[in-house]
Amino acid sequence: MTSLLDVRDLRVTYRTGGGDVPAVRGVDLALDPGGTLGLAGESGSGKSTVALALLRLLPGTAGVTGEVLLEGEDVLGMRWGRLRAVRWADASIVFQGAMHSLNPVRRIGDQIAEPMAVHGTVPAGEVPARVSALLEQVGLPDSRYRDYPHQLSGGQRQRVMIAMALACEPRLVIADEATTALDVMIQAQILALLRRLVAEHGIGMLMISHDLSVLSSTCDRVAIMYAGRIVEQGPAREVVHEPAHPYAGALSAAFPRIGDPASRLAPRGLPGDPPDPADPSPGCVFRPRCAVAETVCATVDPPLWPVDPDAEGASTRQAACVHVGPARPLTATGDGGAPTAPTADPTEEKRP
Amino acid sequence: MSAPAGTPGTPQTSGTDRTGGAGGAAPPTPRALARRRRREALRRFAREYARNRAGLIGLAALLAIGALALTAPLFVDQAELTITGAPGAAYQPPSAEYPLGTDNFGRSILDLVVWGSRVSLTVGFLATAVSVVLGTLVGMTAGHFGASGGTAGRIVSSVLMRVTDWFLVLPTLVLAVALAAVLPRGTGTIIIAIGLTVWPATARLVRAQTLAVEARPYVERARALGGGHAHVMAWHVLPNVMPVVLAQTTLLVATSIIAESTLAFLGVGDPTTVSWGGVLEAARNAGAISSGIWWYMVPPGLAIALVALSFTLCGRALESVINPRLREQR
Amino acid sequence: MTSTPTTADGPPGAGAADAPAPPEPAGAGRAGRVARYVAGRLTTAAASLAAVVVAGFFLFRILPGDPVRAMTEGREVTAEQREELRRQFGLDEPLWRQFLDYASGLLRLDLGTSFQYREPVAELILDRLGPTVLLAGTGTVVAALLGLFLGARAGWRPGGRGDRVNTAVALFFWSVPTFWLGLLLIVFLASGRGFVPGLFPTGGMVAPGADGALETALSTARHMVLPVTTMVAVIYAQYLMIMRSSLMDEKGADYLTTARAKGLRDTLVRRRHAVPNALLPTVTLVFLNLGQVVSGVILVETVFSWPGLGQLFYSGLRVPDLGLVQGLFVVFAASVILMNLLADLVYPLLDPRVRP
Repeated sequence: MTSLLDVRDLRVTYRTGGGDVPAVRGVDLALDPGGTLGLAGESGSGKSTVALALLRLLPGTAGVTGEVLLEGEDVLGMRWGRLRAVRWADASIVFQGAMHSLNPVRRIGDQIAEPMAVHGTVPAGEVPARVSALLEQVGLPDSRYRDYPHQLSGGQRQRVMIAMALACEPRLVIADEATTALDVMIQAQILALLRRLVAEHGIGMLMISHDLSVLSSTCDRVAIMYAGRIVEQGPAREVVHEPAHPYAGALSAAFPRIGDPASRLAPRGLPGDPPDPADPSPGCVFRPRCAVAETVCATVDPPLWPVDPDAEGASTRQAACVHVGPARPLTATGDGGAPTAPTADPTEEKRP
Repeated sequence: MSAPAGTPGTPQTSGTDRTGGAGGAAPPTPRALARRRRREALRRFAREYARNRAGLIGLAALLAIGALALTAPLFVDQAELTITGAPGAAYQPPSAEYPLGTDNFGRSILDLVVWGSRVSLTVGFLATAVSVVLGTLVGMTAGHFGASGGTAGRIVSSVLMRVTDWFLVLPTLVLAVALAAVLPRGTGTIIIAIGLTVWPATARLVRAQTLAVEARPYVERARALGGGHAHVMAWHVLPNVMPVVLAQTTLLVATSIIAESTLAFLGVGDPTTVSWGGVLEAARNAGAISSGIWWYMVPPGLAIALVALSFTLCGRALESVINPRLREQR
Repeated sequence: MTSTPTTADGPPGAGAADAPAPPEPAGAGRAGRVARYVAGRLTTAAASLAAVVVAGFFLFRILPGDPVRAMTEGREVTAEQREELRRQFGLDEPLWRQFLDYASGLLRLDLGTSFQYREPVAELILDRLGPTVLLAGTGTVVAALLGLFLGARAGWRPGGRGDRVNTAVALFFWSVPTFWLGLLLIVFLASGRGFVPGLFPTGGMVAPGADGALETALSTARHMVLPVTTMVAVIYAQYLMIMRSSLMDEKGADYLTTARAKGLRDTLVRRRHAVPNALLPTVTLVFLNLGQVVSGVILVETVFSWPGLGQLFYSGLRVPDLGLVQGLFVVFAASVILMNLLADLVYPLLDPRVRP
């Protein structure tokens, strides 16, 4: 079975006046049809860049390499015409901050209808009925059809975005911080709505958020990004509750868990700032903020290892830390040369 | 815009004045520091400006034209510019002796154009000065009292802006022509007529900038320390408004020069001087247009366009240096 | 920054941004807001018009000191003739009386009498209104369409070759005096001595011999080519620059990324999403610049002897016929103010965000 989305060694570099700044440095992701994958990380970790790169929506100053296989077809190698056809019809995006993501001077009904007209997925005569149906699905009355975005509340605008994303019945929905700007109650509603619609239609979803608790409640699997790379991925519950990578641990601890007084009484943050992406120092990028860093960490930048190679389903749980996996304690000789390293080493697995 | 001693542009440093006096030898005094900082800022400014090719071309053209206007008496005989002292025959096409031909009285068009630059540039600069001073005063007053003047201040501010908008909407040329028509003929009248009509754009710009500056914390601090309106406006607002005004001024000179030629062409200029617009009016009145004497009217108009374009290029270059957002988008 | 750059205070805000949107605004509240908005605009326009009336009086009755001397300067006039003129224009009465006469005359659309034509100024203006509206209207529409079209293209790819060429050409035409461009066109395309002799008439509006509606229309069209070209060349530049910077402001907007993600072609993203947003602030500025159009039309009519208000203004200046110039001043200023009022009233219909 071809996976719905298969991202291999995705790299994004922004060319700026002051030199090249790598924002995404070799990301691998996989998502099965109907599956849900969460991508977490603090601001600046490159997670939104990944989302835009999947449909080649980054500005011209961004250089993108690697492979983005959408149902087996490489998005990065597509011609423009094919790419336009794939956008929204095969994969749509629920953007963050729906206020600015909707055109302020066009009626929301027209904006929902637009992709159907562009892709011709619905006969012209049936478009209004389909828009009404979509509005109903996301819990908005039909009377909102002729409203402008500023007449809606933040939650309602986000519902419009979701209706719009479902317009062409895509196989993949990318939700980029879809609930971030909303207050907690609305956020819960929107999450429930997304969960329900995705399950009902069998849509695969890539959900991007800085909020690990949002992801753990919505997604089957979670990947955690730090400084342009994935540092840990695996089944959501495991990653959140028993993080293997120190950064995942810090991120997980930063959100107090309901029913866990210990975490509520001692919420932990993480000292320091994320690294400057333009700074190419060797070793593990997380080392300066890591509580358990060792000397080898200054020279070794570990790839993703299976966390527990002996356990069943070992390949599904990976982390990029010298404290994880079979090769520990690691010596500074081979940069990622450990024999059991899975497919994640960017230096070796270039495209064939 | 020579700043007084102290550091009006960077008031943060004046707070650390240890000696209180100038001329301390060993550690650099605040004043020396300020001077050095200003020098560096100027150098940075020049470097940024130099990266704008169109701006450099405009600047070079302006320097050349300015030099020509200043030295004109050295190679143009004023007597030959009078109708009676005209050296050649009427309507001679361009030749070696008269590179741009002669007019209906036999005067050299080249001499007229070179001499005309003096009046056009003078009027352009002085009218701009009038309008910039007026616009800056109105804009700063409106901005300052609108931001921190209480109820009375807000009333003053809104009245000033209503007046500004009124002038802004009005057809500039009609107002300027009307002024020039009813006041006694002369260069002074032209300067006032232009200066009184082109200021509103400056006022709006300065007001916006003033409001932005007044919102900054150090202005708040100055006010909390007991700085009066005059102090805040002169020491904190004005230095920060100046760069924007400078760019606007450069653009306004172009407008003013075009306006001067237009007034002269409509016959409300100063008939006793030689200006580019005046030459064009004379060409039209002499019937040079309908008889196709192109060399009579092409050179003065080109001169106007060249000078106006140069000022515009310089102004846009200054704008882009001052406002980095524009620079990125260039 | 979502406030719109209208004059003075912007239209009433767009309303709650974050609070859950109210259901459909209640009819009464909405009507009330509309009424308040319209009343505010009308008051502002009325105040501006009053200011024009006062300014007209001040400019032409007080500033010259003795208007009769200003009008007869350089002419042989006896003291009796001066007195006669003074009485004729009512200048022998006290100033407040003069102002009342003048202001009440304006209310009756009486703009005084022309010294030069010995006719009511209002009638002179009415006679020549048509040609000016035709010329200024055509010129503005063509210039606005051209400027907005080119500006939208230039602003979509700032720094590209199309942008650089467009901007350079626009700046050049902007730097050229209107009247000189007109003169150039006459010399080279109409004078009979230029490179393409006699392609177009040098001036006027209709050839003397033309009769019949069709022939008149064709002749008028031929006479309009050069004047309209001149007007367009000089005023399209500002529309281009306004549209260009307005579009550049929109370029980074998130909703454009949404539109691209939907699979729209680049041209469609520009036309359907970016331009409509950029157009709105532009509309206000276009109306704000109508004063420039008036300036342009005066010069173009003067150069091409177009029988309209501009030429009338010029002929009033030459005499000088202060009564005529004053009347035209009031008419020009008032029409610009009324057009701006119209823009203020129409704008909310165009922009859903500021709809009261």
